[in-house]
Amino acid sequence: MKWVGRRLPRSEDPPLLRGEGAFTADLALGARMVAFVRSPLARGRILEIEKPETGIVITAEDLEGVKPITPRLTKFNYVAIEQPILPATFVHYVGQAVAAAIADDLAAAEDLADRVFIDIEPEDAVIDARQALQDTQRPVHPEAPGNVLVEAAVRTSAVDASMDKAARTVSLSVRSHRQSAFPLEARGGVAAFDRASGRVTLHASVQMPHMLRTGIADCLGMPEADLRVVAPDVGGGFGQKMSLFPEYVVLVWLARTHRGRFAWIEDRRENLIASTHSRDQYHELKAGFDAAGRLQALEVDIVANVGAFSCYPVTCGVEPLMALAEYPGPYRIEHYAARARGVTTNTCPIAPYRGVSRPAITFGMERLLDRAARAIGIEPIELRRRNLVTSFPYRTAMGLELDRASYVEAMDQAAALIDLPAFRERQRQARTEGRHLGLGFAVFNERSGYGTPAFAARGMEITPGYERVEMAMTPSGEIEARIGASPHGQGLKTALAQIIADELGVSTERVRIIAGDTDRTPYGWGTFASRSVVISGGATKKASEKLSLAIRSVAARLLQTPAEEIDLEDGAARARSGEASLPLAQLARLAYHQNHQFSDLIGHGLSVQADYDPAGTFSNACHAAIVEVDTATGGVTIERYLVVEDAGRLINPLIVDGQIRGGVAQGIANALFEEIVYDEDGNILTSSLADYLPPTMSEIPEIEIHHLQSLSDASYLEAKGVGEGGAIGPPAAIVNAICDALADFGVEIDEIPATPERIRRSLEARAA
Amino acid sequence: MKPAAFDYLAPRSRAEALAMLRDHGDTGKVLAGGQSLVPAMNFRLARPEVLIDINRLPDLDHLRFEDGRMIIGGLVRHARFEHPAVEGPLGRVLPIIAAHIAHLPIRTRGTFAGSLAHADPAAEWCTLALGVEAEIVAESADRGVRCIAARDFFKTIFTTALEPDELIVETRLPVPAENWRYGFQEFSRRAGDYALAMAFAALRFDGPTIREARIAIGSVGATPVLAGNAASTLVGAHADAGVIEAAAAAARDEIEAGGDIHGSADYRRHLVGVMTERALNQALAA
Repeated sequence: MKWVGRRLPRSEDPPLLRGEGAFTADLALGARMVAFVRSPLARGRILEIEKPETGIVITAEDLEGVKPITPRLTKFNYVAIEQPILPATFVHYVGQAVAAAIADDLAAAEDLADRVFIDIEPEDAVIDARQALQDTQRPVHPEAPGNVLVEAAVRTSAVDASMDKAARTVSLSVRSHRQSAFPLEARGGVAAFDRASGRVTLHASVQMPHMLRTGIADCLGMPEADLRVVAPDVGGGFGQKMSLFPEYVVLVWLARTHRGRFAWIEDRRENLIASTHSRDQYHELKAGFDAAGRLQALEVDIVANVGAFSCYPVTCGVEPLMALAEYPGPYRIEHYAARARGVTTNTCPIAPYRGVSRPAITFGMERLLDRAARAIGIEPIELRRRNLVTSFPYRTAMGLELDRASYVEAMDQAAALIDLPAFRERQRQARTEGRHLGLGFAVFNERSGYGTPAFAARGMEITPGYERVEMAMTPSGEIEARIGASPHGQGLKTALAQIIADELGVSTERVRIIAGDTDRTPYGWGTFASRSVVISGGATKKASEKLSLAIRSVAARLLQTPAEEIDLEDGAARARSGEASLPLAQLARLAYHQNHQFSDLIGHGLSVQADYDPAGTFSNACHAAIVEVDTATGGVTIERYLVVEDAGRLINPLIVDGQIRGGVAQGIANALFEEIVYDEDGNILTSSLADYLPPTMSEIPEIEIHHLQSLSDASYLEAKGVGEGGAIGPPAAIVNAICDALADFGVEIDEIPATPERIRRSLEARAA
Repeated sequence: MKPAAFDYLAPRSRAEALAMLRDHGDTGKVLAGGQSLVPAMNFRLARPEVLIDINRLPDLDHLRFEDGRMIIGGLVRHARFEHPAVEGPLGRVLPIIAAHIAHLPIRTRGTFAGSLAHADPAAEWCTLALGVEAEIVAESADRGVRCIAARDFFKTIFTTALEPDELIVETRLPVPAENWRYGFQEFSRRAGDYALAMAFAALRFDGPTIREARIAIGSVGATPVLAGNAASTLVGAHADAGVIEAAAAAARDEIEAGGDIHGSADYRRHLVGVMTERALNQALAA
C-alpha cells in the first residue's frame, strides 16, 4: 500500500501534545530579557530620549553603522523607504520600537522600559489609505510625495468598448478592514554569542530562517557565516513571521556587542499593535455582462493601505500587486483593466497573511456575481456556471496560465451536497416563521507553489521561489532529508516522509526531515504562499528518485540483476523476478564501508540533492455557507459550512483537512469578527483580546470537507498548494449568505467584517 | 505584560484581612478570583501597591438560605451558579446568567462578590443585583458590618459605595415565590464576550395581571440601570405582545447609552429594546 494518500497521523504531534515541544520562549531560560519601548504616538519628531540613570537601554545612537531595512522592487514605480532599526529622528506609527531595555528578567526589563521617556513633538497622523491619497501636503515619507509606494496598471485593448456594449453593468465598492494574522505564539527570539567561534545563534519564531539570516547580516554588516538562525517549534506564522523585523536585528546586535545571550518574547499587546497587519483595502469594481449574463469586461481599482514601512523581503507590493494580477480568479474575462496602489500611512506595516489579497478579491468578485445574479434573476451558481473557465490550460488576461482544475465540478458538487432546491424550500418556509436563512457560495482558485518565474514578474530585488533538498541514506539505513522549507505547524515533515517512503520502499518511521536550521539545511525560502508540498515536496520526490537510483545500482551489483529490475519495498532491495533481496540497512552499510566496490556507480556514500523551481499551479475550491441572520440584533449564526476542495493529488488528506479547517476559521474571523481599529490620531483601539475578537470554538461550526483531485502536470507531484485556500473563501461565502438571507430587504453588504452593527445599519438604511 | 512591583499579603482570618485593608486599603486591592484585576495589572492599567489575597479566608465560601434570602459568601465562584442552587424563578435564572459569564476557567475562579466590587458595567451579576434588589454586606475593621442596597451601590464605571477599608463579606438575594417570573437576555459578539447590551426582567403576577415589574439594563452605560418607565407600563397590564413591545420601546427610549468600537450608542439603545423584549418574553415563558 502506498504511503501517499493515507490519512497518516502527523509525526509532529505527539511531542507537542505531551508538552515536549521547544518553542522560542522555552529556550529563553537564563537569557537577559529585552523589553522594547514603543512609540505612543503615530507620528512625530523625536526631540529627546531620556534614559534612566541605571540599567541598559539601547537607542538609535547606540546602533551607529547599523543599516536600515530597505526592501526593493525594480518595477511598478516602487519607492524604496528605509525602515530604521530604531528611529533617531522620527516615529511613524504607534508601536514602533524606539528603544530596548535590558534586564535579568522580563518584569525588571518592563520596569526599566517604563522609565524611558521619549519626548516627541506630535504631528497629525494619516491613517486611512484614501485619506492619504487626498492629503498629500504632509506625506508620510518625503520620498513618496503622493504617499504611493507602489503603483501598477493594466488595460487590455477593448475594455472600454466591451463595457459600452455590455447589456448590463454592475458596480460595487468593497471595503476590507484591517486584520492581524494572530498566530497563537507571538514573535520572539533568543540570540546567543559563542565566544569560541565568535558566531551568534538566533533561535526565533520565524517562517524564513535563511532569509532572516541574510537580512540581519546585511543590516549589521557581518558575515552571514557568523550567524546561525534556527526556527524551533513555531506556533503558527500565517505570513506574519516571514518578515525581517527590527527587533531581531537588535537581538543579534546585542549578542555580538555584549557577547552574551539575549531574549525578546513578544506579548499579545505588542503582537496586535507592532507586529504586522494585513487586508486593509478598498476596491472599486465595475463589470459588464452580455444579455446571457456572460462577463464581457472587468475594471477594478485597488487601494491597499501598506502601513508605515515596506515589509522585507516581499515588499509592500505583495497585496496590491497580487490583487491586480489575480482579481479575475477562475472566471473567463477577456477584457480587463486594473489599477493597484500601495499607499503608506502612519499605521503598523502590512505584510502577507494567509491568502494575501485573495480573501478580499474573492469577496469582490463573488459579491459582484451575486449582485448580478439577483439583478438578472437567476441562481448565483447559474451565473457562475456561465462564466467559469472550463477548458485548460487557460491563459488569463494577465497572462497567467490556469492549469487543469475543477471550477464548475466543485461548485456543482457543493450545490448537490447542499441540495439547492430543498434549501430554497426550507428558506421559504423559514421566512413564513420570521426566520431569515441564507445560502452563499464562493468559487475561487488559489495560485500556489510558484517559484522564481512568478516572483520575478513582480520585479523583486530578492526573488524567492526555488527549493533544494539534500537527501542521504545513513550507513544504518535511515533516510535524512535536509530541506530549505521551514514548516511551522503544517505537518510537512509527515507529508515529505510519505513521499520518500513510497520512492524508497521504507516505512515513514525510517525517515528524518531536518528543517529550519541554517547550519543544517540548504539555502531555501522557508514556508509561505502555499508552496511547501509543491516545491519542497517536488524537490523531495526528485531527490528520492535519485537516491532510489543510487541504491538500486548498488543492489544491482550485489544481486547480479539489472537496476531497472530491482524494486525497493519493505525496507529491502528486491529482484523483480526470483528470490534475491537485500535489506537496505545492509546495503547502506556496504555502500559506505565497502564503498570501493561501488564508487564507480555512486561516488562516495549514498547522498544526493535535487532542486525544484516550478512556475506554479492553481488549486481551487467552492465554499458554501448557510447562515441565519437575527434581523433584530444583526447577529449571524453559521448553520452549515461546506468546502469542496481540489488540491490535486493529496499527499495526506488528514493534513489537508486540517489546513482547510484552520484556514476556514481564520476566514470566518475575517468575515464576521476580526478588525484592527485605529482612531483618527493613529491610536490602536484593539490592542487586547477584549477588543480584537478572534472567533472561538463557540463561533466556528463543524466544517464539512470534500475533495476532488484534478491532476496537473504543473506540479511534479501532481499536488497543489492548499495552505491558504481555507482562509480565502469564507468572507465571500458568508456575506453572500447574509445578503441572500436579507434579499427581501434588498440588503447588500460589501464590507468585511460584516459585524452585527453593520448588518443592522444596512437593514435600517433599506428600511428608511 | 508583567505587572508593576507590588507587595502580597495572604491573611488567614477575616479579622486579619480587615486589619490589612484598614492599613493598606487606599493603595491596595483585594485579590479574590483575580480575573479582572490581574489582567489590568499586567497591562499596568492597575498598579496596586499591595494585594490582599482573601482566598485563604475560611468563612466566605458559603451559599446558604436565611429568611427567604440566598446568602452568597464573599468567595463564592461564578461556577457555583451554573446549576440551580435553589428552586423557583431565581434558581432557574441563575444558570442562564452564569452561562453568559466569560468561559469556564474564568467562572471557576472569578467570584460573585468580586464582580460586584469591580463594578464593570458589563458584569451580569451587577445587572442581576440591581434587578432583584440585592443587598451587599460590607465589613470594615473600624466600623463593623453595614448593608448597602444594590441601587445605592453602583456609583459609576468601576466605582462603588465600598470604602477602601471595606470587604464584601456576603450578598443577599431575595428568593421569590412562584408568582414571580424572571428572564435574562444579552447580546455579545462572541460567546462569553462583554455584552453589547443585557436585560434582566422580573415580573410578579396576580393571575394574568402583572402586579410588579422590574427591568434592569446592563452594559450600555457607566452602571447597570433600572428601566423604570418601561416597568411601569407593565404594572396592571395583562402580558400580551403589544404590552411587551411597548415596554421594550419605553426601555429603549429611556436608557442613555454610550458607544465604543463594538457598538455605537444608537445600536446599543436599539439592542436594549430587543433584549428587553426578549427578556420579558423569556420571563413569561419561564
